[in-house]
Amino acid sequence: MLKGKKEPISDRRKFIFDMARGVGVATLGGFVWSAYLNDAQAQKLLLRPPGAIKEEDFLKTCIKCGLCVEACPFDTLVLAKPGVHKPLGTPYFTPRDIPCYMCPDIPCVPVCPSGALDLESVLTDNKLDINKADMGIAIVDEDSCIAFWGIQCDACYRACPLLGEAITIDYQKNERTGKHAFLKPVVHSDPCTGCGMCERACVTEKAAIQIFPREIVQGKAGNHYIKGWDKDDDKRVKDAKAIKTTTEISKESALDSLNDSGDLY
Amino acid sequence: MKQFWSNNRFLILRRFTQISILFLYFGANAWGWWVLRGNLSSSVIVDFALVSDPYAVLQMLAAGATISLDLFIGAATITVFYFLIGGRAFCSWVCPINMVTDAANFLRRKFDFNRMQGPKMPISRNIRYWVLGLSLVVSAVMGIAAFEFVSPISMIHRGLVFGLGFGWASAVIIFLFDLFVLKDGWCGHICPLGGFYSLIGRFSIIRVFHKEENCTLCMKCKIVCPEHQVLYMIGKESLSVNDGECTNCARCIDVCDDDALGFSLRELAEKK
Repeated sequence: MLKGKKEPISDRRKFIFDMARGVGVATLGGFVWSAYLNDAQAQKLLLRPPGAIKEEDFLKTCIKCGLCVEACPFDTLVLAKPGVHKPLGTPYFTPRDIPCYMCPDIPCVPVCPSGALDLESVLTDNKLDINKADMGIAIVDEDSCIAFWGIQCDACYRACPLLGEAITIDYQKNERTGKHAFLKPVVHSDPCTGCGMCERACVTEKAAIQIFPREIVQGKAGNHYIKGWDKDDDKRVKDAKAIKTTTEISKESALDSLNDSGDLY
Repeated sequence: MKQFWSNNRFLILRRFTQISILFLYFGANAWGWWVLRGNLSSSVIVDFALVSDPYAVLQMLAAGATISLDLFIGAATITVFYFLIGGRAFCSWVCPINMVTDAANFLRRKFDFNRMQGPKMPISRNIRYWVLGLSLVVSAVMGIAAFEFVSPISMIHRGLVFGLGFGWASAVIIFLFDLFVLKDGWCGHICPLGGFYSLIGRFSIIRVFHKEENCTLCMKCKIVCPEHQVLYMIGKESLSVNDGECTNCARCIDVCDDDALGFSLRELAEKK
């Protein structure tokens, strides 16, 4: 073959090249796409509508139709727009702007066509019960809460729809003045629904009480801790099975244990 | 005037349906109208029927979500409608991006970009089917509906109904891409939703029909067609346009001055 004159490209080579290019570009696209998606769903600090299923399943299941947003009479719910750094098109709310006002007829949940908002989870005896909603949990920052400074404020306590249950006031003597009381708000995590009315009502410049998703802020003691003083919890002991472990006892005399360690002196 | 109408009637009708659908959705969110609630991903028609985007449901299925019966029926309704009747009509009669890409295509023709751009890009119109397949793979791997999180169609449509944010940028991207990079780039090459409806709409009844004996070979139809490969029979054979990639936009019928193109039902067309 003469130098500089190239062999014509055979159909077979072209076919192999086309296939390789197809697979290559698809892999490239797949990785870029996945990386973007991984980033797009990374935002965990957002509050979902009442009845929302677990965040991981929610992202799969929500079809982003916005029917819950249209059903919400207070414009609490919004769909994530591009640019707000939240999973695109999914519903959420910002309690400092508009909290969930806990409608007894929960209009947002039954309209959900996809099951991302689970009606079962907000039913008690087959009746709608907004108090079963679990959107998040209120957390008090004791450093910026003026009630913890000794200033009288019970705005969050008064705003709470489960007043006396989800937020109670803890009275303590103010040793600094000697004659005043602290009226400290205490959030009880079980009844708290995360509606955010406390956060909305908070008088400080940036709310000293804020709602966070439960799984973000709550710890877990583990199943092996049982509250012996709590009758319900104590029942778990009854069903508990003992796990027997046997450690073989050393046959050597216990007295010699000290003598054997010759390195002591 | 009459000439203008007959040369633009389907274009006007399409703009009318596209804009009124958008407006009905918008009204539902803004003023509580009940004709069309939700958005193109899933909506309730007249407080009665739920319809859903079958491609979105397919991705959710790939992602491993439990599909509710409502969504399943809604997606099946839409699938059956386009499968039996509409073909790929979603793309040209409903999708809001159609106005963006039509504008780019129009400017391209007006300023003769097509001739200036030199040799055609070696990009296949089958990319959309690759993207379609890839979207399902990525959905399965990442566990979320992959295209729904990047779809400019949803961004724009949802945005116009519920608040746009930076969503307008996606329309600008598509406009510039179609205008300067690739003719009919988004709708004709890349969009997996278009690919999905191309596959589904292949057997639908409503078809564009070509009457070869009337054709004067002016080729105006091929110039305006965003999927010009489907019009391979122009001037050669009297045939209906049976390719699924035809969006039934009927722009070819509009521009034809010789009555060589018209809508027809598939069966009737084949009997002739």
